[in-house]
Amino acid sequence: MRSLIDIKKLNVKAANTNSQQSLENEKNTIGLGGVGRSKKHESADKQVAGEAIYVDDRSPLRGELYAAVGQSEHAHANIVAMDLSKVKTAEGVLAVITVEDVPGHTDIGPVFPGDPVLALGKVEYIGQPIFAVAASSYELARKAVKLAKIEYEELEAVLTIKDALAKQNFVRPPFTMKRGDSEKAIEGAEHQLSGSIVVGGQEHMYLEGQVSTAEPTEDGGMNIFTSSQHPSEVQKLVAEVLDIPLNKVLVDMRRMGGGFGGKETQAAPWACIAALLANITKRPVKFKLSRVDDMVMTGKRHPFENNYTVGFDSDGVIKGIKIEVNSNCGYSPDLSDAITDRAMFHSDNAYYLDQATVTGNRCKLNTVSHTAFRGFGGPQGMMTIEMVMDDIARHIGKDPLEIRMLNLYGKEDRNVTHYHQKVEHNNLAELIETLAESSDYQARRQTITEFNKSNAILKKGIALTPVKFGISFTVQHLNQAGALVHIYTDGTIHLNHGGTEMGQGLNTKIAQVVAEVFQVDVDTVAISSARTDKVPNTSPTAASSGTDLNGKAAQAAAKTIKQRLIDFACEKYQVRADQVKFENSHIIVGDQTFSFAEFSQIAYMGRVSLSSTGFYKTPKIHFDRAKGKGRPFFYFATGAAVSEVIIDTLTGEYKTLRTDILQDVGHSINPAIDIGQIEGAFIQGMGWLTTEELIWNEKGRLLSNNPATYKIPAINDAPADFRVALVTDAPNREHTIYNSKAVGEPPFMLGMSVWSALKDAISSISDYKQSPVLDTPATPERVLWAVESMKAASK
Amino acid sequence: MKNSTVSFLLNNDVVTLDNLDPNLTVLQYLREIQFKTGSKEGCASGDCGACTVVVADLERNNPNRLHYKSINACITFVGNLHAKQLITVEHLKEGAKLHHAQQTIVDNHGSQCGFCTPGFVMSSFALHKHNKAPTRAQVLEALAGNLCRCTGYRSIIEAAITSSEHIEEDASALHYQKTVAELTTLKKLSSPILSGNGHKYVAPKNINELAYELVSEPKSTLVAGGTDLALSVTQNLATINQLVYVGNVEELTTIEETATEIIIGSATSYSQFIETLHHYYPDLGEMIERIGSKQIRNTGTLGGNIGNASPIGDMPPALIALGASITLHLNGVERTILVEDYFVDYKQTVLQASEFIKSVQIPKPSNGQTLKIYKISKRIDDDISAVLAAFFIEINNEPQEALKVANIRMAFGGMAGIPKRAKATENIIIGKVLTKEVVEQAKTALISDFQPMSDVRASDKYRMTVAQNLIEKCYLELKFAQESNVIETRVVNYA
Ligand SMILES: Cc1cc2nc3c(=O)[nH]c(=O)nc-3n(C[C@@H](O)[C@@H](O)[C@H](O)COP(=O)(O)OP(=O)(O)OC[C@H]3O[C@@H](n4cnc5c(N)ncnc54)[C@H](O)[C@@H]3O)c2cc1C
Ligand code: FES
Ligand code: FES
Repeated sequence: MRSLIDIKKLNVKAANTNSQQSLENEKNTIGLGGVGRSKKHESADKQVAGEAIYVDDRSPLRGELYAAVGQSEHAHANIVAMDLSKVKTAEGVLAVITVEDVPGHTDIGPVFPGDPVLALGKVEYIGQPIFAVAASSYELARKAVKLAKIEYEELEAVLTIKDALAKQNFVRPPFTMKRGDSEKAIEGAEHQLSGSIVVGGQEHMYLEGQVSTAEPTEDGGMNIFTSSQHPSEVQKLVAEVLDIPLNKVLVDMRRMGGGFGGKETQAAPWACIAALLANITKRPVKFKLSRVDDMVMTGKRHPFENNYTVGFDSDGVIKGIKIEVNSNCGYSPDLSDAITDRAMFHSDNAYYLDQATVTGNRCKLNTVSHTAFRGFGGPQGMMTIEMVMDDIARHIGKDPLEIRMLNLYGKEDRNVTHYHQKVEHNNLAELIETLAESSDYQARRQTITEFNKSNAILKKGIALTPVKFGISFTVQHLNQAGALVHIYTDGTIHLNHGGTEMGQGLNTKIAQVVAEVFQVDVDTVAISSARTDKVPNTSPTAASSGTDLNGKAAQAAAKTIKQRLIDFACEKYQVRADQVKFENSHIIVGDQTFSFAEFSQIAYMGRVSLSSTGFYKTPKIHFDRAKGKGRPFFYFATGAAVSEVIIDTLTGEYKTLRTDILQDVGHSINPAIDIGQIEGAFIQGMGWLTTEELIWNEKGRLLSNNPATYKIPAINDAPADFRVALVTDAPNREHTIYNSKAVGEPPFMLGMSVWSALKDAISSISDYKQSPVLDTPATPERVLWAVESMKAASK
Repeated sequence: MKNSTVSFLLNNDVVTLDNLDPNLTVLQYLREIQFKTGSKEGCASGDCGACTVVVADLERNNPNRLHYKSINACITFVGNLHAKQLITVEHLKEGAKLHHAQQTIVDNHGSQCGFCTPGFVMSSFALHKHNKAPTRAQVLEALAGNLCRCTGYRSIIEAAITSSEHIEEDASALHYQKTVAELTTLKKLSSPILSGNGHKYVAPKNINELAYELVSEPKSTLVAGGTDLALSVTQNLATINQLVYVGNVEELTTIEETATEIIIGSATSYSQFIETLHHYYPDLGEMIERIGSKQIRNTGTLGGNIGNASPIGDMPPALIALGASITLHLNGVERTILVEDYFVDYKQTVLQASEFIKSVQIPKPSNGQTLKIYKISKRIDDDISAVLAAFFIEINNEPQEALKVANIRMAFGGMAGIPKRAKATENIIIGKVLTKEVVEQAKTALISDFQPMSDVRASDKYRMTVAQNLIEKCYLELKFAQESNVIETRVVNYA
């Protein structure tokens, strides 16, 4: 395979459908400390036994009430009159509130204003909360809200991106990133192509829906138990709507039943409403959204409509490109500015664009406000350039993999992005080469071409797509974290940090970090809820940054205590610092050995503080948005996937037959957890691009509003042959926590290999001469239409 | 006869329900009344499996043995538990020791957020009760009704596939005889009644009791598995005044065969009749395996599938194509009509007040007859059909006349307000030798048979195009078979 750079092979460690030997092997190999071992998830034993407590599983508080909200029936309308008398007298109802009853702020927009906690005279999407009730049971609350009589004056609704663009209806101003003169480069290139793609949104479908309980405290404050990725923001917004100081609100977040970005900003409204009702009734209030309400009232991954014009040479190397990404933000800004920015940042994916102009429009539509979702706009941005790769390949008659390799960022040159960050430590060429070989790409390509010749109904396709994903919040101040570590006199350790556990194994990894510092057994490190009174002013657990940020903060806290212990040992036993060692749950001081527990007791008696906070902020990052220049990302996480699919040209049905993934996670803190993240992310990414279809009708009503009509991948959709490997011996060259790399989001985008493989199968109908347009999600219906147009085009 | 109330085993304890609203689901009962919160609510509509629990019942043909099945607690009414054992995730652990179905998930790193996990544990538990060394295919079949948004499933598959052959007996096995004895006693109780909140649930034990119940309370609502009906309660917040459960009615829960027919009681579940139908009609068996999920097939019944009169139910088109008949019962009077004639208009049937479906009669195949079924949906498993096509074809046997169609019945679901035959299309095909040209004519004729709708599952255009293409696919499959050509034609089966 030709590439513009030198390629070496990489070492890998694998888990696949047929074996897990590699994980087994390393379970017991590495020292006690904890980093690098496949420790089981901290809650695994409780989860399998049904003993892990989620918010809705908490014992009911004395007098607990249940909330529900009345929802808008129109996508855009003024509220003319509201008759809530039947609601107030409904069975079980104790309180009914509207925005008039909010003592403090009525706007709970997380970054920019625009999200009224309850509608303010006007509604902007179907499902928008207008009023709230507290009732004696969940069922009665839900029944009561249906009794409202609301009169609306309908206003014109904007329900498509096209309409929003025509009307310049934006939630935030457009923004452009630019390097060189793309116009001229495109014109001067040997070939030009242009195209457009519709990229669908995605429902988070965390298995545990949104839920919060608010409990009034004795001094006019509120305790909140919530399923949220951002407890500090919940704390701030609850304080603001109640008009009380932040120190009177305590937020406790033990675990989420999945988050995926959907509980970053959009867990807060339900906590705020529960708090408002609790404040009025002076009783605890739980607000749990039913699945349908959750799907209707919470934002999703932004749908996008993107287009491009590219110029390239006869080899297929890009000379210049113009890309426009248009996001459907829904009715309010929420996080859409940063999400659309990230789509723009990732419009290059792994490829050097040379002369490039990337513009992003943030369209305002009368739908629910779309929000963070694993990848945060990055995936939608990457779709355009991956489409370009396939289109160039078909145009000049080459294998798309060859075009992808040719256009990868270089090492010494061709290594500056369209936002002027230099791509350093780039290993994608090696990674792809290694994967192409381990997955037998070339031979399978041959077999598939043969299969397609002899099979009239079924066709196969294969594709390899890479991912390069920028790690850091692009909003600089969020790149900070805190932690709190205590050692008790029996040598057990307690740990709190600013991150939240949503299944990703964050608590387990951070416990491993602390265990590593003290060289003790991970099981002696206990972690409890993320609490705003333990670690304050935290950032959301998002942007794949949980371990990077909180791991470093916890390490700092642990190191502080460790240093105190060393200083104390030196003084007490008259040894040099290098004579104090932490090994195997023991502390060796000169020629004496103490168990960790013993020494903790001795240190306590010696009046050593065994508790410390830790803090971390990411170095090196900066971005000047006005100029569109800087280094928004501390480093890039990379990976690639090869997927093989089979399609039915008569029905559009398909199946993913095999997927091979190679992901660079640096020096893995916990390989099993990392592999779990990769597998889960891939399947979720595949679902986004295949069967997960959001459908709004012409009135703006979400029709796919339950899991019966919105289909996430089920067990049979996982490829029968699924092989995931990690690059080994590849510590992050930036100084991240134990030189690991973030893993939460990057592999999500590997799902693109399935989409590209579907296109490959469809393209076979034209003998690989045409590049089908395949908007996403590529449902069987869309695949069938692409097949039909391919048949028509090759007649 | 004095009626008893609803009694069952909750794990090992006999519980008796009293003064409880029968609209309550098993999940609500567990979480809100028993404070057993291990079973989770992910959807309350049967789609996610987070609420999966296991129900043990005496085997029909061998009442000394227990049969374990996974069900969705969220859409099962509490009354349906009568005389059964309900096993929940909290019950599996013995002291500090995890059950095999739990430990293997831990060992394989198969839980992340853990919200789906109790459901997977219970599905795997049920599977291993009857199959200690399941194949990958059996694992997938058993777990397809459990969604996981975190793991990507590989780790869970590996956990469930781990053999339990060498594992010691678990608690439920140790209590086996006691459980059998207790259930036997409960079964002997007279027909149970549950009332609360002004609502009532009755579970007659024989057809006369049932007929009587419906005549005396014509406004009663029949409930079988409840997989359809319970949604009106959990999703539409409806309240049902009187539920009449058919699952205990002796005459409705049998599967019989005569020389020419298979007779299926309306209250038998998919899991109970799938094997028989698969034997005679492999395509039908495969299609049934794609109805809902294991949990749905364990509770959903044939009578419920016809009774809900949905235009997208999967059994009616197959039954119509096969020329099956249905027996209806009203106060001691029975009538038998073609399944085809049961459906009148969208959600309208010939069923009269107080009448119920007793059984369905399916003709056995004779020489030259083939049933082809195609279920088209967005997702392969646990998805409602966009289009379901069932073609029952009779081909003349003489080799020179191969592919000459003596008779064909073509029925479709999802193409009209009711499951319906494509009569114009049939007329094109009957009597002809199938060729590409005939197929093209048939495709054109289909346009006069149906004007399908657009909805969340598919557009009208897709429905029509696919339905037309399925005629072509059927033709190609017949042709390949006749030429002894082994060419894969379906992705669903492709491995
Ligand atoms: C997650 C999920 C997936 C599903 N997937 C599929 C699918 O793939 N294909 C499909 O076809 N269906 C599917 N269904 C629908 C499923 O509910 C029906 O197929 C099932 O057969 C209904 O049977 P039941 O016993 O549960 O009916 P119930 O809910 O008990 O009853 C359904 C209706 O029939 C009436 N009824 C019940 N028994 C009788 C009788 N003997 N005489 C007259 N009326 C009667 C009831 O009054 C009620 O109106 C799915 C449902 C769920 C929840
Ligand atoms: S809660 Fe989802 S299937 Fe029961
Ligand atoms: S582990 Fe989170 S849904 Fe399965």
